[in-house]
Amino acid sequence: MIELAHAAFAYGGSEILTDVNLRLAPGSFHFLTGPSGSGKTTLLRLCFMELLPTAGHVMIFGQDARSMTRDRVAAARRRIGVVHQDCQFLDHLSVAENISLPLDVSGRDIEAERGNLDELLAWVGLASRAHALPPQLSGGERQRAALARAVIMSPEVIIADEPTGNIDWDMAQRLLRLLVELNRMGKTVLIATHDLNLIRSAKAQVQARVLRLHRRHLQLAGADL
Amino acid sequence: MKRLLSIIPMLLSGDGKADRVVPPSGHTAWLTSFSAAAMAFLAVFTLALALAAGRLADRWSAELARTATVRISAPEGQQAAQTRAVLRVLRTTPGIRSARALTDAEQRKLLEPWFGPDLPLDALPIPRLVEVIEGNPGPDVAGLRMRLAAEAPGAVFDDHTRWRAPLVRAAQRLRLLAVLAIALITLATAAMITLAAKASLAANATVISVLRLVGATDAYIARAFVRRFTLRALVGALLGTAVGMVAVLLLPSAGREASFLSGLGFQGVDWFVPLAIAPLAAAVAWWATRAAAHRTLRGLT
Ligand SMILES: Nc1ncnc2c1ncn2[C@@H]1O[C@H](COP(=O)(O)OP(=O)(O)O)[C@@H](O)[C@H]1O
Ligand SMILES: [Mg+2]
Repeated sequence: MIELAHAAFAYGGSEILTDVNLRLAPGSFHFLTGPSGSGKTTLLRLCFMELLPTAGHVMIFGQDARSMTRDRVAAARRRIGVVHQDCQFLDHLSVAENISLPLDVSGRDIEAERGNLDELLAWVGLASRAHALPPQLSGGERQRAALARAVIMSPEVIIADEPTGNIDWDMAQRLLRLLVELNRMGKTVLIATHDLNLIRSAKAQVQARVLRLHRRHLQLAGADL
Repeated sequence: MKRLLSIIPMLLSGDGKADRVVPPSGHTAWLTSFSAAAMAFLAVFTLALALAAGRLADRWSAELARTATVRISAPEGQQAAQTRAVLRVLRTTPGIRSARALTDAEQRKLLEPWFGPDLPLDALPIPRLVEVIEGNPGPDVAGLRMRLAAEAPGAVFDDHTRWRAPLVRAAQRLRLLAVLAIALITLATAAMITLAAKASLAANATVISVLRLVGATDAYIARAFVRRFTLRALVGALLGTAVGMVAVLLLPSAGREASFLSGLGFQGVDWFVPLAIAPLAAAVAWWATRAAAHRTLRGLT
């Protein structure tokens, strides 16, 4: 699905990631950990082509990200659901409209998916906030809305950057269960987090691998977690 | 052109949601329409000027191109003989279709406005006038002048070009300037729309990056902006054109005496020409916004 081969990245100065090798097989479940500033967000941004590697290769669905046309990048992103660390929305549209935005931009029939949308809103606990505007949401509500938007297209890969950063333990558990559920349906999941409790609780439910960023390199973390 | 035509259904049908993904721009929206209206208004007058100047240049050169006059001022006894000699020379010159000496009555009529009807024509040394109609191509004027000088020393060939040419040149230059002004108005409209579109794209940078990250194509994002600016320019230009055409229609007629002033307007089918202004403005807006949007989008991943 997503493969990094000797990938490196630098924002301009020195490299933040060096010689990163990673293969996300279909149906796999990965956690990405590492201290703040270690490059977790940067690595995820390489995975959905917001950034291109400064060395090495990133292959998305079998294509080299560097050689993809802009329309192909757009098409690939419809197959990857992303929960960004700084969940950004269109502030003039309602929560429901924001969540269905990916359907819109890909030309899907919103009315046909109305049932899915309502179900999804209920699942992330935002049914009563459907008509609110994003600036009126709390941090946790924003994160749940972002997750709903990430999965509404039923993507093959789900990438989440600190999805439980702003939410309480119960909500984090529900969110994790949704991700585990999606993984059982065959979706590939990659979650960046520094919440070790979340990783432990996930490991009880699903076979998850833990990757760790350490001094610019990506390592497979031991079983000690 | 095909692409240009494809905007028409896009404008008419509209993509409500694609439009809504970009927030409404509030009070600055009408500035684009206003500028387009002002430009269209100017374009109407410039067009009127161009068409009037063109008409004038054509009329002057057509009316005057084909006639000339030979003036014979000879001493009393020789005038008739020199007139005959002049007519003989003219009739044997290639490029002259006909030549005819004006009668006394005709000459008196020509002079009447200046000297009154009781002019004693025979008592005054009035030159004899010969009216010449030139063919196409006309005569070799230099050669003709030499032959006339030899045959009739009192004859002067006057082909009007001396005073006609600068007038026609001035009218043609006026038309050229008007066409240039229309080109400048078009470019200024493109520049104005580009600036407005760029401002709008910059103000909506977050919207654009969110759309891009949820899988929107460049075409989808550009469409929301392009439709908006094309419509604004079209509506503004329609209003400006309408006001401009009414203003031209209401220009007071100055009558025949100032034929240039009264000629400033549209005649007959000319009235359809300004109808092209609004579609042109829409096309310019479509192109300018599209170029600006794609330039901005290329800077994003
Ligand atoms: N847009 C950027 N420009 C320059 N440096 C950046 C940018 N984004 C992140 N960085 C730097 O890259 C490093 C890794 O950041 P990030 O990937 O966000 O780490 P993490 O998500 O693990 O906290 C940090 O040192 C950060 O300051
Ligand atoms: Mg981060």
